[in-house]
Amino acid sequence: MSLCVDLLSACVFLQGAGQDVGRSCILVSIGGKNIMLDCGMHMGYNDDRRFPDFSYVTQNGRLTDFLDCVIISHFHLDHCGALPYMSEMVGYDGPIYMTHPTKAICPILLEDFRKITVDKKGETNFFTSQMIKDCMKKVVPLNLHQTVQVDDELEIKAYYAGHVLGAAMVYIKVGSESVVYTGDYNMTPDRHLGAAWIDKCRPDILISESTYATTIRDSKRCRERDFLKKVHESIERGGKVLIPVFALGRAQELCILLETFWERMNLKAPIYFSTGMTEKANHYYKLFITWTNQKIRKTFVQRNMFEFKHIKAFDRSYADNPGPMVVFATPGMLHAGQSLQIFKKWAGNEKNMVIMPGYCVQGTIGHKILNGQRKLEMEGRATLDVKLQVEYMSFSAHADAKGIMQLIRMAEPRNMLLVHGEAAKMEFLKGKIEQEFSIDCYMPANGETVTVKTNPSVPVDMSVNLLKREMALGGPLPDPKKPRSMHGTLIMKESSLKLVSSEQALKELGLNEHQLRFTCRVPLQDPHSDSETLHRIYTHLKSLLKGYTIQHLPDGTVMVESIVIKVSSSAEDANAKILLLSWSYQDEDLGSFLSSVLKKGLPKM
Amino acid sequence: MKLYCLSGHPTLPCNVLKFKSTTIMLDCGLDTTSVLNFLPLPLVHSPRLSKLPGWISKDGTINLEKKELLDLSTIDVILISNYHCMMALPYITEHTGFTGTVYATEPTLQIGRLLMEELVNFMERVPKAQSATSWKNKDMQRLLPGPLKDAVDVWTWKRCYGIQEVNSALSRVQLVGYSQKVELFGAVQVSPLSSGYSLGSSNWIIQSHHEKVAYVSGSSLLTTHPQPMDQSSLKNSDVLILTGLTQMPTANPDGMLGEFCSNLAMTIRAGGNVLVPCYSSGVIYDLLECLYQFIDSANLGTTPFYFISPVANSSLEFSQIFAEWLCHNKQTKVYLPEPPFPHAELIQTNKLKHYPSIHGDFSSDFRQPCVVFTGHPSLRFGDVVHFMELWGKSGLNTIIFTEPDFSYLDALAPYQPLAMKCVYCPIDTRLNFHQVAKLLKEVQPLHVVCPEQYTQPPMTQSHRSDLMLELQPPPMPYRRCSVLNLPFRRRYERVYILPELAHSLVPTEVKPGVSIATVSAVLHSKDNKHTLQSVPKPPPVPPTKKRKRVMEEPPVAPKPLLSGAVPLEAFLATLQMHGITEVKVEETADGHILHLQAEDTLIQLEEDGTHIVCDNNEPLRTTLRDLVLRFLQKL
Repeated sequence: MSLCVDLLSACVFLQGAGQDVGRSCILVSIGGKNIMLDCGMHMGYNDDRRFPDFSYVTQNGRLTDFLDCVIISHFHLDHCGALPYMSEMVGYDGPIYMTHPTKAICPILLEDFRKITVDKKGETNFFTSQMIKDCMKKVVPLNLHQTVQVDDELEIKAYYAGHVLGAAMVYIKVGSESVVYTGDYNMTPDRHLGAAWIDKCRPDILISESTYATTIRDSKRCRERDFLKKVHESIERGGKVLIPVFALGRAQELCILLETFWERMNLKAPIYFSTGMTEKANHYYKLFITWTNQKIRKTFVQRNMFEFKHIKAFDRSYADNPGPMVVFATPGMLHAGQSLQIFKKWAGNEKNMVIMPGYCVQGTIGHKILNGQRKLEMEGRATLDVKLQVEYMSFSAHADAKGIMQLIRMAEPRNMLLVHGEAAKMEFLKGKIEQEFSIDCYMPANGETVTVKTNPSVPVDMSVNLLKREMALGGPLPDPKKPRSMHGTLIMKESSLKLVSSEQALKELGLNEHQLRFTCRVPLQDPHSDSETLHRIYTHLKSLLKGYTIQHLPDGTVMVESIVIKVSSSAEDANAKILLLSWSYQDEDLGSFLSSVLKKGLPKM
Repeated sequence: MKLYCLSGHPTLPCNVLKFKSTTIMLDCGLDTTSVLNFLPLPLVHSPRLSKLPGWISKDGTINLEKKELLDLSTIDVILISNYHCMMALPYITEHTGFTGTVYATEPTLQIGRLLMEELVNFMERVPKAQSATSWKNKDMQRLLPGPLKDAVDVWTWKRCYGIQEVNSALSRVQLVGYSQKVELFGAVQVSPLSSGYSLGSSNWIIQSHHEKVAYVSGSSLLTTHPQPMDQSSLKNSDVLILTGLTQMPTANPDGMLGEFCSNLAMTIRAGGNVLVPCYSSGVIYDLLECLYQFIDSANLGTTPFYFISPVANSSLEFSQIFAEWLCHNKQTKVYLPEPPFPHAELIQTNKLKHYPSIHGDFSSDFRQPCVVFTGHPSLRFGDVVHFMELWGKSGLNTIIFTEPDFSYLDALAPYQPLAMKCVYCPIDTRLNFHQVAKLLKEVQPLHVVCPEQYTQPPMTQSHRSDLMLELQPPPMPYRRCSVLNLPFRRRYERVYILPELAHSLVPTEVKPGVSIATVSAVLHSKDNKHTLQSVPKPPPVPPTKKRKRVMEEPPVAPKPLLSGAVPLEAFLATLQMHGITEVKVEETADGHILHLQAEDTLIQLEEDGTHIVCDNNEPLRTTLRDLVLRFLQKL
């Protein structure tokens, strides 16, 4: 049996500001089942390379026939962005699994992104709103730890992954083979999410992201501090701070960050959240509070973390208000809408600042200013001088090297597969993993296939009688020097495997038992009476064979286990004895051994 | 496999299952009907109650359903099916030496915690200067009046637990999700299934690879707020333990809801107040939802609705965050995103207001006529006692009982004479006998175990043979303190053959489609998981100078059993091929005797046996043995 993991695409790491983009789409074949893990979009491309290449599968037929299910780990577009393309444009009608929060939030992000690409940039060959809706109809929600039986053989189970609201790791099992896919995860609780957790499920393969493969936890806290420092400085000198965001995800995290900072520092400068999704987005977080970290969950009745005291709704007229302020505005790439309007107003003042907390698509103003462009051509030949400070910060919560090692310790996989990371960093981690856990570690490139041999044990049903007998004989502790072997018969009938004692097997199969017996006469010179000879045999064997039942029976026989020994003397010579040994085939070894022992005669007295 | 039944109350069960050497407690309901024997605990001094002659009113005491049938410290796990069935948890986990784990779903834990906190709060905010205990003495009890005289085992009635005990008990809870498979010691797997009765309520499957026990407790097939009941997973159980059927088999919940609304509207229109004694979670969500739709059509838009409980706010808030545990309709609401329950809107529009108690804000906001939801449904403690005192004397007011746990006449007894109108519309959404019969037909358990109450019609309606379980084979009834031997034997156990051994097995076909292979292996049992691996080869004997004792121990490799018969002609031919030609065949009654003349050896061939008599010629004997074995199957 073998298990093979196809990477339709692993990760691409863009150089520059350390922007982690790429797209996740992994195909796993396990025990005859094909599962697609994530279906991400590459936001760095505008052409066909944006979506994973499904021709690998579709050249041999329809996706629906090939795939048993699709599992989406979380709502980031690099993990779910190609979903409507796959299900509606390429065509897939099977089940798509994701957690409740992912199911709630993912269509909104898809729609947002669709609007940018199609409505603003006028691209065709993209999915439509209706397609997103149709795609979401195929989604089956997953609960944490619930074991979902996709079909009779394939079962999946979701574990908490941290990272973003509703992010999950999945455990996939077919028969006795299993795979864990982590998606993106985070091993330390952060501002609003808990830490990823998995039980000791000992999968054959653990597929882990490795975005921060070489970093040892500093990053996030530091970046947060950095972010707060920059915002604070800007406010102190009376500047205005613009944070272009998408309505969901990072926005809430930054809001919590600023809210607590404002509270702690007792700051008075207003924070605004641009209209539109705001209220609604926060609502998702309130309704899915069970997915946040323990602290937020515990206190939500008294104080809901997502009801912000300092953050108020924005009105376009506020942009011209004097004095410092912080504004969260959509969309996140400064390509249109409110964020762009505000940007234009504030760009000319070097006291102001724009903080880009996420990746920007090529061609957007966000992308241009991040690349250092200081003069922007606006529509109508006007140019805009960019004087404000431009900052980039990434806040995504990923596991660092320590976290990845911690997860391996939790799950105890037999093989490790690293994806979603930079080759050089992955190489370093691979070495560490192989050294510390002595398991094989793979790091396939895009379009590469990894085949991992699994070696499953065979489950059989053993008769309880036989098992109990063996356990009783075996004693409470196994003796490593003297392993006890048990014997039984395995009956294979259709798909059932039953292990029973040989006697029971005969009975169950309706077979007769065939007795095979051997009788051997051994001549022996012994100048004693028959009964004395018999007794001498008894004592001889008794001293020779330890650990066997040897009985001297009153009817003139000696029994060693079930072997019968009798003595008679010939009529002519009373000293010439004939020993009669009789044993069944089951005692063949012992019987043959005894006959050879007795042939040598008895020891002198 | 044994079942110890510690509770005789069919809707507040407490059973202990011993299965594959694990001891599993199924629920620990708290039967609080004993509080009806006590006087109400007033929030404000009640001249009427304190002037009663004789017995002094006392702290609520609770009847704990347990007996010394078994040592509670040996319990490995407790499975909780819903928040009503966990109220005795602190009595079990604290002070008994219990060291196990409790399994429950997240809503069950959170709402169970609220109900316990509420109970503790109700008890503790009216501390008693003195509390009597000597009446529990048998001699004293005999002298007491009324039902108290006849109450059994009053010495097991305990005082209510405190908040610390609640916290400590609940810290042992391990959260589980529906259909999650939880391994217990590698021996047993347990798994909660949605039961459709309340938020996070579950039935449990307790199974090994070959045996399956289904525990059904408090299930509902009605479409209310919780996720629908998972019936299909209950299929093919060997034993199904059935508890928690409806306590009101003759009352239709929908009809009751209608009656509730119309009585409420009538009272308000007449200028009276409505008092609804209820638990702080559960049916109240459905009542509020029903009122949400009803308020405008009944012109009640200006009537204030008050929900008074120390946990009112928490209960309403918690109900909104468990989308995963709700029915499909409510689940889809959070995708919009909107709160799943409409009481959020009632609160927002100020139609529904909630208060921790009658003190504080409530006293200033209080407007009449109004509707008050408050506890406790027994009318013995909680804020409801105050409203009984306040509104009991006016015939304009109405009390509407919706909870089925207490007899409303008994509950009202200490308040008599009462001018207030009483309406009894108990809403019990749990399975009725008709539904359960259908369910059992569907899931086909081999045996059903249930409280004895379900095997006969209710005492008050002895002619209603439709109000009992009639099954073939008949269900096994239990009563308090019964110990049942559940009727199934374990015959097989799952073991795993390691790949190396599996590859070495040589199957032979004995019948079409049936193959056998003999297995010699070393059995390893660890954490109740059994594996078979190849017998290790004995280490090579180190060359030794003492040649003397080499042959001392015979090898031990037991031989398989044989089956089949040795056909004469074919056997003779085989002998010939091996150079044994001089064979004299003699026919006997059972077969043949072959005399190998040159070798002076006899072989007796019979249908079910072969006997080789061979003297002093070991090579020949082994050759003959192997020739005979060629014709036989080894098992």
